[in-house]
Amino acid sequence: MKNLLKHHETYVLLVIIIFSAIITVINPRFLTLENFFDVVKSYSFIGILAVGVTFVLISGGIDISFTAVATVAQYVMAVMIIRYGGNIFTAFLLAAAVGISLGLINATLIYFFNIPTIITTIATLNIYYGILIVISGGKWIYALPGWFRAFADIRLFTLCTDEGIKYGLSIITSIWILVVIIAWVILRYTKLGRGIYAMGGSMNAARRAGFNIFRTQMFVYSFTGLMAGLAGLVQALLVQTVAPNSIVGKELDVIAAVVLGGASLAGGVGTLFGTILGVTLIAIMSNGMTLMRVSSFWYNVFIGLIIILSVAFSAYQRRTKAKRAIAVEVE
Amino acid sequence: MRSRHSELIILGCITTAIFALMWVFNPNQFLRIGNLQNMAFQLPELGLLSLAMMVTMLTGGINLSIIATANLSGIVTALILTAMINPDAPPPGSGGIIILAICAGLLTAMLIGLLNGILVAVIDVSPILATLGMMILVNGLTIVITKGYVISGLPNAVRFIGNGVVLGIPMGTIIFALCAGIMALILNLTVLGFNIYMVGSNPTASNFAGVNNTAVLIKTYIISGLYAGIAAMIMISRFNSAKAGYGESYLLVTILASVLGGTSAAGGFGKVSGLVMSLIILQIASSGFNLLGVSAFLTIAFWGFIIILVMVVNFISAKVLERKAA
Amino acid sequence: MADLFLSMKSVSKRYTGVQALDRIDFEISKGEIHGLVGENGSGKSTLIKIISGVEQPDEGARIEIEGQAFKHYQSIDSILKGIEVIYQDLSLFPNLTVAENISLSQTIASRSRFISWRRVNDIAERAMARIGIQIPLDEMVNDLSIADQQLVAICRALTSDVKLLILDEPTTALTKKEVEALFTVIKDLQSKEITTLFVSHKLNEVLQIAERVTILRDGKKIGTFPSRDLTDERLTFLMTGEKVEYSPYEIEEPQGVPLLEVRRLSKRGNFKDINFKLFPGEILGITGLLGSGRTELAQALFGMNRAESGDILIQGRKITIRSVQEAMSQGIGYVPENRMVQGLVMQQSVANNIVITILHRLINKLKMIDRNKKKDCINSRIEELSIRTPATDAAVQTLSGGNQQRVVLAKWIGTDPKIFIMDGPTIGIDVAAKSSIHEIIRNLAIQGVGIIVISDEVSEVFHNCNRIMVMHKGRIIAEFNTSRTSEEEIQDYINMAS
Repeated sequence: MKNLLKHHETYVLLVIIIFSAIITVINPRFLTLENFFDVVKSYSFIGILAVGVTFVLISGGIDISFTAVATVAQYVMAVMIIRYGGNIFTAFLLAAAVGISLGLINATLIYFFNIPTIITTIATLNIYYGILIVISGGKWIYALPGWFRAFADIRLFTLCTDEGIKYGLSIITSIWILVVIIAWVILRYTKLGRGIYAMGGSMNAARRAGFNIFRTQMFVYSFTGLMAGLAGLVQALLVQTVAPNSIVGKELDVIAAVVLGGASLAGGVGTLFGTILGVTLIAIMSNGMTLMRVSSFWYNVFIGLIIILSVAFSAYQRRTKAKRAIAVEVE
Repeated sequence: MRSRHSELIILGCITTAIFALMWVFNPNQFLRIGNLQNMAFQLPELGLLSLAMMVTMLTGGINLSIIATANLSGIVTALILTAMINPDAPPPGSGGIIILAICAGLLTAMLIGLLNGILVAVIDVSPILATLGMMILVNGLTIVITKGYVISGLPNAVRFIGNGVVLGIPMGTIIFALCAGIMALILNLTVLGFNIYMVGSNPTASNFAGVNNTAVLIKTYIISGLYAGIAAMIMISRFNSAKAGYGESYLLVTILASVLGGTSAAGGFGKVSGLVMSLIILQIASSGFNLLGVSAFLTIAFWGFIIILVMVVNFISAKVLERKAA
Repeated sequence: MADLFLSMKSVSKRYTGVQALDRIDFEISKGEIHGLVGENGSGKSTLIKIISGVEQPDEGARIEIEGQAFKHYQSIDSILKGIEVIYQDLSLFPNLTVAENISLSQTIASRSRFISWRRVNDIAERAMARIGIQIPLDEMVNDLSIADQQLVAICRALTSDVKLLILDEPTTALTKKEVEALFTVIKDLQSKEITTLFVSHKLNEVLQIAERVTILRDGKKIGTFPSRDLTDERLTFLMTGEKVEYSPYEIEEPQGVPLLEVRRLSKRGNFKDINFKLFPGEILGITGLLGSGRTELAQALFGMNRAESGDILIQGRKITIRSVQEAMSQGIGYVPENRMVQGLVMQQSVANNIVITILHRLINKLKMIDRNKKKDCINSRIEELSIRTPATDAAVQTLSGGNQQRVVLAKWIGTDPKIFIMDGPTIGIDVAAKSSIHEIIRNLAIQGVGIIVISDEVSEVFHNCNRIMVMHKGRIIAEFNTSRTSEEEIQDYINMAS
């Protein structure tokens, strides 16, 4: 029990349970499988981005540029499959390749020129996005291929409501689930993953211990790029339109979700479970407000309050812990 | 010390180069008075917001809520103005109401600054998280208050703030120059300014030397809020309206402008003069691109290039010097 | 002579303008505990870096390990030869568990890209069993005491086939008891034929644990001696090359109202029932081991660690001190223990560090800083304390340790303190600079300032104070008048208590 209270995740889970209970009391439709699958599907885009952000935060850095990377990957992918055709695998490959390349550019600047990560990625956000808009002219893309649309409608299994409405586990959701599992294995069970934690905990010690800092940095930022690329693809699958201005601007919201889940901006701390909880909390808030017929105008107010309360609570906990620590064993 | 000056030198070179380039490409247009004036119209808001960002960066913090603060502050002022004054038939004594409305807007901004300050200084939340939460919260408030609508129809006197010209100089530029001057004065010549640099470099040591860190940080965030509020006044005046979500793209640009102007991302170093210089470059570049018919988005990309260029040149020159010493 | 584990001949290392090491011959026998001592800047850390292969020596050096000669000796060679260094900062990962920290080198060395958590725990358990300790495997290192963290670092070194363990200043943050425990571990390792190089500036500890001691001074080797042939004094002499003459600080029996009086001052987990008086012109020493509550008490008087009960009186008036600002307004100055973090804003200029405490006095009618007053103040302090700095706007971090500490003193002297508390005023400062700082302290006392000097070096307080209090486990357990006691008596008292 005491051990549970040490974990940030426990508190987030508690809040989620309380909110869910309140929402369910007001509108029982909240706690239906149909609603659940629906919410999970629509949040797979944010969810995948959050996985990438978790990696960067654990490594002790920050990435702001991932929204631009997602946009560029999505746009390039859409243009290519429309112009040259292809199938869903080429779409995946394209989005992933663009994401990884742009992530590698970030990593190169950060590693070789020692530029603070936040500055680097704010700059590259502007560069990636600016160039995309100039080249594309900001045009929206509607005419996505039929197979692209068809893929988005695939369900791994289908259920039926009493009224005969079909629902189930969407292929889009399963992409998210797959990503989370792979990411979890990397973080928990590979040398690389432990290296990311070690680097975030103490860069100097990691270097002395013999971790390959160069490779780890390159991996972290290209992985975030890859996640951004996949998220871009997923978002295109979800809305079936590619609009250059639909993703950029959301970067701080995603970071907020990850931080809610317990990842620290100081590095070295954070878990995928926490990140999922953070995304879940935000998803529930949004979905619950709709179901409770609260005006969506209030959405940001609630999210903002939750974030402030959450970070203030962790800060307060940290301080009381430091205060309670016994400096001298007085006899 | 050396590296701080080198940024200014690089910036100076870039400014001159850009000026020359623009002049070569577009000699008739570029140096016309009207054009310079036009440039100066856009500078003030970005400049004030950058000052609001920079002062928190000097303490080793950051203020992500400046744009949200500016919007809420502008909305408060605009609401009071539209509720009490009909712009077509201003009632007698409307001057007092305008002042009251502006004061209310600025106070709102300072109040948000105070809350940020308390979160950062008293509760010890990391600035990036405190102000990120505040940004989302205040954004939410602006949406709740306006319900997404635009509040428009401000009295003429208010419109003068953003659009008026005194002795050939746009009013906004005058306000910005004044505010930049005051900020420079605070930073260079007051105890508070001195302490801002000290807290930014090493809060533990400053505390041990008797600096009241809490007070310094709270004052810093209040000043930051106030400057965002002043930017808001120019903004609503220029647009003749207030609404949620104005100028959101400025946020990251203010960080770029500060860093480009030599403000250290780790805190403790940075000058108003550097910031002004970097703002002028950004503004000239975008106006120049504009005249050349290049998209505004290429300008944004260009800003990104400049900052990376400056950081890379800095890094390499530091390395070269190190090697020379060895 | 036993077999040699390590033999280095004619090792030199030159950095920009500094001869860090000058033709050093250095040997360590198999299975011995070897001490390496020297002042700051004597070349100890450079030598460690060369032994561990992190730095390469200049031309002409010969390095042999277990009889094998190396041409280009590098860190991979040292690792393969079983040399492990535990740096002063321990190089642990605060955010990882005990098990993971201990098994880390093995994890990195293993070919597999994947981690087996069972193996991680096995390795950690075996390493801990080797020195007979038990720390919960899934505890975060962040939550451990410094002593336990040290043990974790040692365990990590033990996971590989370690033959030479180099401990760089391992006892700095340990209490007496913890130091004894560490020594037991080192002796135990010796019985397992693991050689130890013990690098420290605490001479009594080196003499206690090491069999032979090598002394470095200014990059040169003074010699290697069996430790039974050495005494504290002789070692100090060899290390510094000068005999420091102390004249004891004596004053007349003080009378009248004390500057500072403390009655029954207590704070849970910090200190208990503290009573003492401080008179003008006195230098009162407080000594005691790490964790005795001395720093906590000092910070309570300086408003950083408010006491829970008891009274503080200044010139007979009862006052409360809730903040540093209040302490300063009562005329209290404080030189903190950690100069780099607490004492100075290292990146900022000498000038700014000098005026930081008194800036509010240097303003004109418009509340603006008066630049001329500021400049005058800075220059007179620099002159008064003969601070050697290339320029007033040079960053403090570019100064030597002694000059840095003078900047710390300067900023407090500027406030005209009545009571001056100095926590470890000469930590990390070489002997010559040390005595000049002691001179400054004496002059202040002669001018009527009441001074409290806190130090874990008994000799420092003995030679510079007129009265000495010994703290132990949060209490003052003894008080001595320096003119009526000896250094040995105080030292014995401390040893007896712990």
